[in-house]
Amino acid sequence: MSTEYNPRELLICVAARLMEDGTTAFIGTGIPMLAAALAQKLHAPNLVTVFEFGGTGAILEELPLAVGEERTFHRALSATGICDTMETAQRGFIEYGFLGGAQIDPYGNLNSTVIGDHARPKARLPGSGGANDVGSHCWRTIAIMQHDARRFVPKVDFITTPGYLTGPGAREAAGLPPGTGPYRVVSSLALMGFDDETKRMKLLAVHPGVTVEQVIQNTGFELLLADRIEETPPPTDEELRLLREEIDPHHLYI
Amino acid sequence: MHVVESGIGPLIQPPDMNAFREWNRKHKTKALVDKLMSEQEAVARFMFDGAYIGTELYGTVRCPMSLIREVIRQGYKDLRVAGQGVMELDILLATGRVRALDITYIGNEVYGISANLRREVESGRVQQVVEWSNGGITWRFKAAAMGVPFIPVRSMLGTDTLKYSAAKVVECPFTGEKVALLPALILDVGFIHVHRADRYGNCQIDGIAGFAVEMARACKRLIVSAEEIIPTDEIRKRPDRTAIPYYLVDAVVHAPFGSHPGEMCYVYRRDEELIREWVKEMEQPDTAQAYLQKYVYGPKNHDEYMDLIGRDRLESLRYRKGGER
Repeated sequence: MSTEYNPRELLICVAARLMEDGTTAFIGTGIPMLAAALAQKLHAPNLVTVFEFGGTGAILEELPLAVGEERTFHRALSATGICDTMETAQRGFIEYGFLGGAQIDPYGNLNSTVIGDHARPKARLPGSGGANDVGSHCWRTIAIMQHDARRFVPKVDFITTPGYLTGPGAREAAGLPPGTGPYRVVSSLALMGFDDETKRMKLLAVHPGVTVEQVIQNTGFELLLADRIEETPPPTDEELRLLREEIDPHHLYI
Repeated sequence: MHVVESGIGPLIQPPDMNAFREWNRKHKTKALVDKLMSEQEAVARFMFDGAYIGTELYGTVRCPMSLIREVIRQGYKDLRVAGQGVMELDILLATGRVRALDITYIGNEVYGISANLRREVESGRVQQVVEWSNGGITWRFKAAAMGVPFIPVRSMLGTDTLKYSAAKVVECPFTGEKVALLPALILDVGFIHVHRADRYGNCQIDGIAGFAVEMARACKRLIVSAEEIIPTDEIRKRPDRTAIPYYLVDAVVHAPFGSHPGEMCYVYRRDEELIREWVKEMEQPDTAQAYLQKYVYGPKNHDEYMDLIGRDRLESLRYRKGGER
């Protein structure tokens, strides 16, 4: 029997396993950062992290609490500025981008701007930040979300960050770089991808102890189902040891 | 050029590049003059009601916190703000004196949503809220820095972020593909905190430059605060280190721990306890006002602020020499 773990640790492990070695990932604070640190210690020692305000290739010995702080360029390869990182993404150099939000729709469009009407919002959220740029320019974006029907909605109140917009061909028609777009959604319940033809979200795997029915009930739109739905392997003892002892020993995030 | 789509947001600060050129010729001295002054003098000399302002980097990172506290102390109202920030804009919003925002991100990062942003926008006290991305707002500064009225980018396309911005989408005259045009953004007053400056305003920044290089070149007035004031000889030894040359700068303020409770890379770390206190106090309007009383209006200037925080406490935040933790 494997070690007990909490939902956040599982999310970090699932996200980490998606990152390939020898490529670049645009990283925000929180789970993506922990996932990148974990991937670097396991299968992706040459994963180059890019933080939006200018840090590229940091060694994540200590966890940053802000996307611009010193730890985002600790022993890094370069420390430039936001124009450089965003332009690097715009030129096609950045493979993965991590995103989050208050709402996501079947096409992977994300809202982090307002709940309700823009002119008189029920809730004013922080806004795009770098998310719109990441979602526009990175080749493959991975959204990390809490999974419930309030967050997985048929239509987001506001498209802050582009997913596949209204479906196949819509990104290209809007002028976004071809070949880019949502790749995976890692939620508290499951792992999802996007159907090649319809560009709609598709359930690929459920987390340990979660049923397909549970995922469907907690999704506010019709979720496509992969022919064979896998079960996410639980965090390994080694993943948990690295997370707890080396990556976040003070339990700031986990 | 055919305009395919126009954002419905108002252009809060319309760019006029010829006027900017004239301004730079007339109002920016090219002489090496001593610009070192107190924060009271710097802010009083260049700030005004209704000003369009911007800060760099942000909140917890190399942020001109001491200057923003002084802007609040002097009571300017009807402010229009380039909204890329954390604590510095959160606290400005807490005063209820912000009327218009070009917003990309205002929040508390790991500590979540800004309660002041919610109160001020949801109540309608902030009357105009125009959306941009982080890349977008920096590229707007870059356009101004280039001296051109707009810049083509491939961000924001296809989204409500563009719809509620003041950007336009056109077909590229060379390729026929759609591109977003972002208007240049020229600040009335910009605030930047740096590691070192000389009395004339030549500035060195360690670590990432954020958007200082672009924003410094997009200001009608630029107030710089610096951890350290250094002789011009030091600047001349390493001119490649000058991120902001003197002629862009209107005032130089000596502000050790000027980014507190945020960090200054290689010099001092974040004051986590006081950042947490901040976030907690800002949750409710009455405690937010109490916070302003204690940390902004209470001390008369940055020197008294440092006394209030405690010199020993500030010193304890310093990295050991060589930037080691």
